[in-house]
Amino acid sequence: MGMTIAEKIIAAAAGVDSVKAGDIHTVELDRLMSNDGTTHLTIDMYNNKLKNPHIADVKKLVWIIDHNIPSDSPKTAASHKKMRDFAREHGIDFWEGKGVCHQIMMENYVRPGELIFGADSHTCAYGALGAFGTGVGCTDYLYAMVTGKSWLLVPETIRFNLTGKLREGVYARDLILTIIGKIGAAGASYMAMEFVGDGMKNLTMDDRISMCNLCVEAGAKTALMEVDDIALDYLHARGREPKHCFKSDEDAVFAAEYDIDLATIEPIVARPDFVDDVIPAKEALGVKIDEAFLGSCNNGRLSDLRVGADLIRGRKVHPLVRFLVVPASNEVYEAAIKEGIIQTFMEAGAIVMNANCSVCWGSCQGVIGAGETLISTGTRNFKGRAGHPDSKVYLASAATVTASAIKGEITTADKL
Amino acid sequence: MSETFTARVWVLGDDIDTDIIIPTEYLALKTIDDMKQYGFSPLRPELAAQIQPGDVIVAGKNFGCGSSREQAPEIIKALGIRAVIAKSFARIFFRNSINNGLLLIENGDLHDAVKEGDEIEVTMGERIVANGKEFPIASLPQNLLDIINAGGLVKAMRKRNGLD
Amino acid sequence: MGKTIIEKIISRNTGIENVKPGDIVTVNVDRVMIHDIFIPFVADKFEEMGFTKLWDPDKVVLIYDHLVPASQIDDTRHFQRGNAFAAKYGMKNVHRSDGICHQLMTEAGYVKPGNVVFGTDSHTTTYGCVGAFSSGIGYTEMASILGTGTMWIKVPETIKVTINGKLPENVTSKDIILRLIGDLGADGATYQALEFTGDTVANMTVASRMTMSNMAIECGAKCALFTPDEKTAEYCEVELTDEMKDLVGDADAHYVREITYRAEDFVPVLACPSQVDKIRPASELTGTKIDQVFIGSCTNGRLEDLMRAAEILKGKKVAPFVKLIVTPASRKIYLQALENGTLETLSEAGAIITHPGCGLCCGRTGGILSDGERVVATNNRNFLGRMGTSKVEIYLASPATAAACAIAGEIVVPE
Repeated sequence: MGMTIAEKIIAAAAGVDSVKAGDIHTVELDRLMSNDGTTHLTIDMYNNKLKNPHIADVKKLVWIIDHNIPSDSPKTAASHKKMRDFAREHGIDFWEGKGVCHQIMMENYVRPGELIFGADSHTCAYGALGAFGTGVGCTDYLYAMVTGKSWLLVPETIRFNLTGKLREGVYARDLILTIIGKIGAAGASYMAMEFVGDGMKNLTMDDRISMCNLCVEAGAKTALMEVDDIALDYLHARGREPKHCFKSDEDAVFAAEYDIDLATIEPIVARPDFVDDVIPAKEALGVKIDEAFLGSCNNGRLSDLRVGADLIRGRKVHPLVRFLVVPASNEVYEAAIKEGIIQTFMEAGAIVMNANCSVCWGSCQGVIGAGETLISTGTRNFKGRAGHPDSKVYLASAATVTASAIKGEITTADKL
Repeated sequence: MSETFTARVWVLGDDIDTDIIIPTEYLALKTIDDMKQYGFSPLRPELAAQIQPGDVIVAGKNFGCGSSREQAPEIIKALGIRAVIAKSFARIFFRNSINNGLLLIENGDLHDAVKEGDEIEVTMGERIVANGKEFPIASLPQNLLDIINAGGLVKAMRKRNGLD
Repeated sequence: MGKTIIEKIISRNTGIENVKPGDIVTVNVDRVMIHDIFIPFVADKFEEMGFTKLWDPDKVVLIYDHLVPASQIDDTRHFQRGNAFAAKYGMKNVHRSDGICHQLMTEAGYVKPGNVVFGTDSHTTTYGCVGAFSSGIGYTEMASILGTGTMWIKVPETIKVTINGKLPENVTSKDIILRLIGDLGADGATYQALEFTGDTVANMTVASRMTMSNMAIECGAKCALFTPDEKTAEYCEVELTDEMKDLVGDADAHYVREITYRAEDFVPVLACPSQVDKIRPASELTGTKIDQVFIGSCTNGRLEDLMRAAEILKGKKVAPFVKLIVTPASRKIYLQALENGTLETLSEAGAIITHPGCGLCCGRTGGILSDGERVVATNNRNFLGRMGTSKVEIYLASPATAAACAIAGEIVVPE
């Protein structure tokens, strides 16, 4: 029987010829990413709970400080210091303040066919390069760090067959939010989401990362795409080669299949407090906002910033709106400087911060207060995610967020 | 102004800055009452809880140096401190204290003559008696006494605006 | 008898011909500045005092800088209170994310030579760089000015500081002011005015002078004044009038103290933990390991500061496991530093570049440290606990020294 991409990656990592959904296998991991959200807890367990603490293969570890940087409290600083000291002592690849973890991983590490654990739910982003990335908690992470291995339940796969092209003013962000709205926040629980079809050629790497990244909001264990020239160009430009380029077999079994014509997608917002509570953006017009956020591992890449900059050039941020623009990495920031994008945002009155998770994580930057409303390109709009429990978060595309920042209320780019 | 009171002494050193009196971290708390528990926390985290109403602080030179944060004298007052007696005061802190009715007394010698827990007797505008010794103190200039006598700058302004 | 600069400004402002130190006079205020931390308190006191309108809304400037971007949920309450106050009383001069108050006050043209200006921040002394009398006050006092447009002050004595000669390479105005604070002590100029003169000072940019007037409060000074010149006029976008040029200490003016330095004698110095007046030459501290470097603040976050750092960092990298945080002082400076490639150079060297604001200097966010960590910073204060716990060690230095330390991962003399 044929296998899906997810099954093929797991089979390779387990050293077996074939696996099928529902099997549990012990797998060899290629890479282990952890960030400052939880690494301090992993270190505590490593130091206190293990009889013979050691690291199986330190070269597989990548540790990234991105959630609270620059640090906002002595407590945060202490947890960063713990992480920094440990990384230095053990020779772990360590990144601090260089960007959001998933973006750093895509730019510097991920290779097609790899199996990667990340101590962060949005690790599924790596599927944009045909890698099986999945989020784990720090106990799973610790086990993998010590043994180099883990167990994995082979997921079923939902396949999305994309055709056509997104219309002008509609973005991959609208597409993935539409899909999450359609299948629901638990619609792909324990499953892999695979994106294929003619429409893929019309989606850039930035689009693809944005799509895979958000799949966890439908409950997915991972997201996967085939490795085509667009993916290979991205990889080669960064001096890397694939490990394996897998495609699902024609006779592979899928739990469900959806056909989506990209031309039917329209600008969408996800309403507070659930990512799957999506409505057409035009139905949310006029909602007054206090803050807008363009950034995150979901939508802080160059093409996202470009969309925002093109809209705001020659315009101003609404005086009562705080518009945070946060590149996903320093690579993105420097590229955006070269294109004049950062200049455009600064001239328009935006608040341009260093590459980090920022208000998507809701901790140290641009926190919103009681009764305030944020429109965001971040990953989540859960209750209180961006600050006060009585605040509201709408999720939308870079275009809708920027347009709203200009108007002071939710609006779409075509209405400016 | 020949009022006399006795008080227990807390002794602090030179250059007690406003970040020590109230760290920036706590400045956005809603009220002075919310903030006061953090008073002096970088230097002596336990001090705020130990101060009793009517106590005085005896400090070295340049007390209150640093920022313009008026929470500094307000917190000292809210902790129940009757007066701060120091070798000298920083300028902004001095104004802020007067404007909030916190009594400041300048004296160059007392600091070296008392230890924590001592009891002293203060006669306003005249002298301090500590451990059997007398330390003369000056009276404040009239324009400052006017503000203090009005009960602080807010009350002085309310009077000016015909409210009280 | 002749007058010092501050005596001239006060005399002109009050119309009292003969003002002398110790006199208590009422000044007419030309401009006031309120920042985000204190606006709720100013608003409360203003209304409690029974005022119903501002004495002159155009003379009031409200600037959000300490809390931008908000790091705690309650921070946004300050913006809401500020916005409501500005709307209610018809204030137009509101800056919500344009940079640090002290940078904006002169940069955006709110302060001109000879003005009398008060702000709810101790570093309001900064505007002496353009020959204005400016000083920090509390929020109650500010509320009273908002209603009356006046404030009582005691005419200060003046300390005259003369500096002649050419500064050595990699020695900046920051090294001068740190040395002066060390020599005077943290309370050495309390209640007094500083007056800077000499050809070293005359040859300085306004930005370099700003660093010195900014830090005057760290030796207790009420204000710190420079005589306006062509550079001042150009910076302030005004015509240099005779009145401005006359803001110079008279030959027969009375000074409480006169200090003279030779520029050639200055060396790169640092203020050691945890007092600003604990000054030591960088050469005596070399080898001290550091964890972080901060370049920014109203003291040293200007274009020339960033450019000097970039010059040193160009083609190099920040030491492994050391963070360099750069926070430009204003939106305008950020844009200028973008345009001339400074920010790109700094980013390539590994700097973390944040939006303009007070950042780490005020200790609310922007790179807070933890027990046992050491930071070299270009700002104005190294008080105990200011950037984290009381076990954080803060060294203050010039941007040149700070940049060199970032590369080395330890304290070094900039070369």
